[in-house]
Amino acid sequence: MPDVQSTVLEFVNKLRKRKIEGSQATARCTVELLRSVISHHRVPHHANQASALIDAVKAVGAQLVAANPVELAVGNVVRRVLHIIREEDLSLATAAVAGLDLLDASDDDDEDVNNGKGIGYPAMSAAVVAAAARSTLRPPSLQTLLEGTPESATVPYTSSSGADSESKTADKSSITRKLKHDVIEGVNQLIHEIAGCHEQIAEQAIEHIHQNEVILTLGSSRTVLEFLCAAKEKKRSFRVFVAEGAPRYQGHLLAKELVARGLQTTVITDSAVFAMISRVNMVIIGAHAVMANGGVIGPVGVNMAALAAKKHAVPFVVLAGSHKLCPLYPHNPEVLLNELRSPSELLDFGEFSDCLDFGAGSGSPLLQVVNPTFDYVPPSLGGHNPSYMYRLIADYYSADDLVM
Amino acid sequence: MGAQKKGGARVSDDSEEQSRQRLQAILLADSFTTKFRPVTLERPKVLLPLANVPMIDYTLAWLESAGIEEVFVFCCAHSTQVIDYLETSEWHTHPNLAVRTIESHKSISAGDALRYIYEQQTETSQIQGDFVLVSGDTVSNMPLADLIREHRERKKRDEKAIMTMVIKKSKPSLITHQSRLGTDQLFIAVDPLTKQLLHYEEDKIDHARGSVCLDKSLMERNPSVLLYNDMQDCNIDICSPEVLSLFEDNFDYQHLRRHFVKGVLVDDIMGYKIFTHEIGSGYAARVDNFRSYDTVSKDIIQRWTYPYVPDINFGGNRPLKLGRQGIYRACDAVLSRSADVGASTVVGYGTKIGNGDRILNSVIGSGCSIGSNVVIEGSYIWNNVTVEDGCVIRNAIVCDGVRIRAGAALEPGVVLSFKVVVGRGFVVPAYSKVSLLPQPMKEDSDEELEYAESGSGTADRYIWEVCEGAHDEEWKHSVAPIPEDKLAEITQAMDDDDMEDESVVPTSGELKSDADSINTDVNDPGDDYGYFEKEVEGTFLRAVEEGIKVELGVLEINSLRLSYNMESADCAGAIFYSMMKLAVDTPHSSASELYKTASSIIAKWKGLLGFYVKQTDEQIEVIMKFEEMCQETAKELGPLFARFCMFCMIRMWCKKMR
Repeated sequence: MPDVQSTVLEFVNKLRKRKIEGSQATARCTVELLRSVISHHRVPHHANQASALIDAVKAVGAQLVAANPVELAVGNVVRRVLHIIREEDLSLATAAVAGLDLLDASDDDDEDVNNGKGIGYPAMSAAVVAAAARSTLRPPSLQTLLEGTPESATVPYTSSSGADSESKTADKSSITRKLKHDVIEGVNQLIHEIAGCHEQIAEQAIEHIHQNEVILTLGSSRTVLEFLCAAKEKKRSFRVFVAEGAPRYQGHLLAKELVARGLQTTVITDSAVFAMISRVNMVIIGAHAVMANGGVIGPVGVNMAALAAKKHAVPFVVLAGSHKLCPLYPHNPEVLLNELRSPSELLDFGEFSDCLDFGAGSGSPLLQVVNPTFDYVPPSLGGHNPSYMYRLIADYYSADDLVM
Repeated sequence: MGAQKKGGARVSDDSEEQSRQRLQAILLADSFTTKFRPVTLERPKVLLPLANVPMIDYTLAWLESAGIEEVFVFCCAHSTQVIDYLETSEWHTHPNLAVRTIESHKSISAGDALRYIYEQQTETSQIQGDFVLVSGDTVSNMPLADLIREHRERKKRDEKAIMTMVIKKSKPSLITHQSRLGTDQLFIAVDPLTKQLLHYEEDKIDHARGSVCLDKSLMERNPSVLLYNDMQDCNIDICSPEVLSLFEDNFDYQHLRRHFVKGVLVDDIMGYKIFTHEIGSGYAARVDNFRSYDTVSKDIIQRWTYPYVPDINFGGNRPLKLGRQGIYRACDAVLSRSADVGASTVVGYGTKIGNGDRILNSVIGSGCSIGSNVVIEGSYIWNNVTVEDGCVIRNAIVCDGVRIRAGAALEPGVVLSFKVVVGRGFVVPAYSKVSLLPQPMKEDSDEELEYAESGSGTADRYIWEVCEGAHDEEWKHSVAPIPEDKLAEITQAMDDDDMEDESVVPTSGELKSDADSINTDVNDPGDDYGYFEKEVEGTFLRAVEEGIKVELGVLEINSLRLSYNMESADCAGAIFYSMMKLAVDTPHSSASELYKTASSIIAKWKGLLGFYVKQTDEQIEVIMKFEEMCQETAKELGPLFARFCMFCMIRMWCKKMR
């Protein structure tokens, strides 16, 4: 436990100091941290296992969110994990109700599953049972439809485990162990999902990018890079315009990587986006977060690109892994939409130091520098249909966790 | 090839070894100055809030994120307060940064502190390698890792490179010749290739003349010299362990810059060198006086110090919410609907702001209650302050627990220390400092601790008298902007100067050899030579009187030569001059008697003269000197000149040549 506490502290520190950048890295670190929190969590046997776990994860989650409120992926992942715990608890409960004794010989001594052996268990996974149980209790959700859980997978499981039953008191401890085990399974799947989000998104590249098209992107996003490269690998030939993304110029980095992978690349200034948009067939950007109303938070300058795309009726595509889907609305005062970074990215302090001399004149600063990190693209400029967003959010998050 | 490979392997081993070495820092939690009095009588400077966070938190947070693993906090004045604070703060249990405290009450300067640490060090050997030396009032976000690596690599190449000093470009004000931070204009000379610091001038720049005196040898030793007057010293140093021992050896070093840097540069101790590092985009500044307190606070509000800004929890502070126009507000602060809270303002937790207040460019701490119709502009109000209705506060610092009664006004530059009460309708005059503690006398200025214990609870207050001499300077260092009339005065004075001579210190650039400053340099040696000659004469006479041996005489003259930086030809001239002077001064009746005395003196001290007269140059110098003397005292020496030349030629040179 103490070492978990110290890793939590360390991660909180990194978040605070803005040492971790990028939603994916943050999401990954968060979920791995939560997995070790769960696996090291010890609860008294009489307590309600699920709620104790939820409380523990919530406590850590609140610390993490407070450390960097701007990084919405942290909150998203914490809510996803909470959702997994609730689902597993529900599935165990429904299984018990259905007279399915889930305690078979399989809940062996691997409490320490935290070193990721998740995939070796697919057919028996409680998540599958949960999905099955849910489908009996609720109407089928979009997620289950999309992910297409094979219904047949549950059949051998129920038949195999339905045989032996033991006394209720002895069950208690094994139920708690079972729950934890299943939760960790679920979290491992989440880790897998976050790690593989680039590839999954990139798989669809071929359907969006066509021969001889011109693609415009802004700033640097790993998802966009993989997406473009996937299309390139499928022998599509197209050109990419990269808006440089001042003042951090991450577009330069993206251009470098694209060229290294053999793509035709043109770097333009951010202010040239409107001038170039008429030659562009599609705008593809990566997002920092997708809000519950379908609005997108992306690197600064994205709103301008979206407006330009709208004006010229160019398709505007946002690529985002599921960990970027935020169940909160942007008008929520809890949500910090933006972060202002140091003015030194825009101005050279030495050159402007005489403008910041408060000793002479009125003593009030006449020069203000605003350096926002993000831009908000309202859903009216493309983005998702709000009702569809609502559905996705209902699948990934439970309503109880929205306020942490 | 093989050898090269081996060398490469060894280097990588070395660097591995060094990277394993813990990165350490020494943080001086005491500025050893009195610029923040009377506030620092009750609370140490490092705990004073800067945008509602104690200064030391900024320094520690920066050191931690820069990769420093161990910090030694040196506490002197109010050491218990500092230690208590550190023990209750989250630094105490920080996973990456070990904070250790060193306590000493005897130290009255940075030099003493370092000597104390050195003594401790010999017992415990805590400091193993290079360390970062900062003071606890530094606000920075610059990365240190590269700088430390650079310092280590340089150290590996050159054993004598003991310190790297961080500088930052920042233009001084043209009008006041003051930097933004209220310190004097800094003038440094740097070797453009190696970045070695060659000259450091902080306070003696003659603005009226617009010129700076440089040592001539500086130009001789270095092929090119880069002069800056738009640099700001960040007071961040990367030091090697030698620095500590240097302080130990030179027990009179007190001030880091005035004594230590000057000492290393001018006295050339063991050939040690100091290098500079200019930071580009990072921010670094030190809160040195009330003016820099104001400037750095505004820089923080304007986010130059990102990520150490009020809306980010960087070191145990509760983050505030940032609104438009740089307004930072705590979530539970109560603002009246009719209050006008303007740009660049910080409002802390639990603070209430009343109806019709106008607040602009100010920092208000937590737990304050501000009445209605109060005007606060450019001021710093710390925690738990009560301001009643209708007060006007402009450019003032108001410490914890102060109560300002209705209708009172604070004029620009006022500092109210802890728990002061300002009466109803009272107007506190500009630049006054008010404290519950009496102003300490000059003599006991280093005994701050005693006052900290006594005096609280008394109802009377003391208005500190500003010393006569310092009154002119007061406007320079206060929080208030420099008033119009002062600015006008300075501009007037500047214009007058410009009439006299047009040369104003140019901004950085390569020094041209035809600059005015060279002229002053040439004059200086002339003056020096006069003094030198006198000294040599005195030494020689003493040698004659006391019958000192020739070798000892040579030693003495040599030391004079070094201290006046003279050539050996100058020595020869001076010695010969003193000999002849002695001969002339000896009572004599005729020219032949004078000749005899002179030749006997020369015969007796020929070793001394011979030591310096080895080359033709020196011989010529001696003859020139003699000719000069002959002209001065034509009557006596004139007839001797020819004979003497012969005598010299034959008697001395030939002997010497043999």
